[in-house]
Amino acid sequence: MTPHMLTRSLDRSATIFLAVVAACGILIPLSNLLLPAGSFLQVPTYLVALWGKYVCYAILALAIDLIWGYCGILSLGHGAFFALGGYAMGMYLMRQIGTRGVYGNPILPDFMVFLNYSKLPWYWYGFDMFWFAALMVLVVPGLLAFCFGWLAFRSRVTGVYLSIITQAMTYALLLAFFRNDFGFGGNNGLTDFKDILGFNVQAEGTRAALFALSCLALILGFLICRAIVSSKLGKVLIAVRDAESRTRFLGYRVESYKLFVFTVSACMAGVAGALYVPQVGIINPSEFAPGNSIEAVIWVAVGGRGTLVGAALGAVVVNYAKTFFTSGVLAPYWLFMLGALFILVTLLLPKGIVGTFNAWWDSSKEKRNAASASAAAEDGVTQPKMAE
Amino acid sequence: MNVMDNRATSAMLYLDGVHVSFDGFHAINNLSLTLEPGEMRAIIGPNGAGKTTMMDIITGKTKPDEGTVLFDGVTDLTRLDETRIAELGIGRKFQKPTVFESQTVQDNLLLALNVDHSVRGTLFWRGSKAESERIDKVLETIRLTEARNRLAGSLSHGQKQWLEIGMLLAQDPKLLLVDEPVAGMTDVETHLTAELLKEINKTHTVMVVEHDMTFVRELGVKVTCLHEGTVLAEGTIDQVSSNERVIEVYLGR
Repeated sequence: MTPHMLTRSLDRSATIFLAVVAACGILIPLSNLLLPAGSFLQVPTYLVALWGKYVCYAILALAIDLIWGYCGILSLGHGAFFALGGYAMGMYLMRQIGTRGVYGNPILPDFMVFLNYSKLPWYWYGFDMFWFAALMVLVVPGLLAFCFGWLAFRSRVTGVYLSIITQAMTYALLLAFFRNDFGFGGNNGLTDFKDILGFNVQAEGTRAALFALSCLALILGFLICRAIVSSKLGKVLIAVRDAESRTRFLGYRVESYKLFVFTVSACMAGVAGALYVPQVGIINPSEFAPGNSIEAVIWVAVGGRGTLVGAALGAVVVNYAKTFFTSGVLAPYWLFMLGALFILVTLLLPKGIVGTFNAWWDSSKEKRNAASASAAAEDGVTQPKMAE
Repeated sequence: MNVMDNRATSAMLYLDGVHVSFDGFHAINNLSLTLEPGEMRAIIGPNGAGKTTMMDIITGKTKPDEGTVLFDGVTDLTRLDETRIAELGIGRKFQKPTVFESQTVQDNLLLALNVDHSVRGTLFWRGSKAESERIDKVLETIRLTEARNRLAGSLSHGQKQWLEIGMLLAQDPKLLLVDEPVAGMTDVETHLTAELLKEINKTHTVMVVEHDMTFVRELGVKVTCLHEGTVLAEGTIDQVSSNERVIEVYLGR
């Protein structure tokens, strides 16, 4: 069986993508730590933290592309899973502060002392252990996605209705986390972190290591998504995206497939959030803002949905532009630019950057193949068909 | 049937007293119909006669308000959903050809094969020789071997219809429901489709809904004419088309 054109071009971009991420993950931390500060090739620490943030966004974008690009589930609430992963990590970091907090309470984080908590709420138990927090980074978003998806997909909520209830979900969590008595620090969120696994979160070495880890997570996330979409399950997902009821009449339990990718995707988003929090040093309810989730969907659209590489690329490109424009005189106009970008991409590049490039590459390759085939025919080379 | 079992009927498909109404409109009205194993039946009837609704009921898309729908003598289809009914062995070809346009012809057939359809089964799926041989065979039957690596969306209308019939073959159901297989086909394609269905009928029970009388005549099977959601006439094509009430319904008064 000859592999299809599309898979070949995807393989090419996948290889380039993995090489670039691996190179960044190794070279940027090394340059930051080993080269003298101020030297031309040295990457300053603030850039390492900034790029680390982009890498986390790229993982979130991959998670969205897996469900939107391949299965047609447009989640406008994926920021919620990202934020939940972030909160799980933030809770661990809070408990690591110990007596170094302003109030010096060995068990209770500062905000709890301030709010007159007498003891630690039960849901904070276990978060002093890294392994438990790391598990919760996967379990909490995964469980929420599973329950949410079980109800939504079983009742066959699809399309715009599903998008709306995902927005409602993230908005509900936003409101809940804003409340002081919810036990997660209210609108201030969790911050003032000291160390992670015994290393100072502010230290250059820790930041460099977190950056490298984020790149590693991006690579792993990419490989997992790739394994999923290139399996037969990936074909079923595309079938569901393109003709859901047809897939059902072939005997596939569509809701199980949706539930599976939705849960995997939420876990990935949780990991992205967990890596994000120690690098930016804070997690607060604004991460649940519906606007964040919509922005993440725009990254995927710009990069090219259903391409994986494009999603990650889109996250980095749009966020780089955001950093660039929001720090200058154009700052007040950023949201307009983002809106315009989304409209322009939808109108002019519906396949996104990578999708458009792949289409162009395949068509030019086909032309070259056709040209060489006709040249061969003119040369009088025996065609295999004639021999039959 | 020499084996004693608890089957309520020997029929492959048994509909009795089925009613469905949508907002007061009686789409199906006391519909009773049986299909014997190995039979091919053509269903005709004017627009709005309830042909497609009947297929929706059999495949679990629509639940009847009352009535019995039995498959293979034992299974009550009204209690099951589309996936379960497909798993039992009822395949359906839609009126408008519905194939997975962004995937190759070969992948369309691969998806249709009646192998493990669970999430785990497909995630860890490894192709087998038997599977690719079955795909090759179906491709040959529907004459799309040359087009196997083309995207299904790039096929002509007739080829898409055939691909969808091929998907039914790959699914290998006990009962095939075929909704307007020759709509939009050329005369040659129509003839080839009739041949194909007759070939399929050697090993499968088939129900065909079709408007094209030449095609129905070519199939040469028992015909049921529906009107206003109920059976108007049943018999050979000649008997049915000479039935006064059928003529009245088709030509109007």
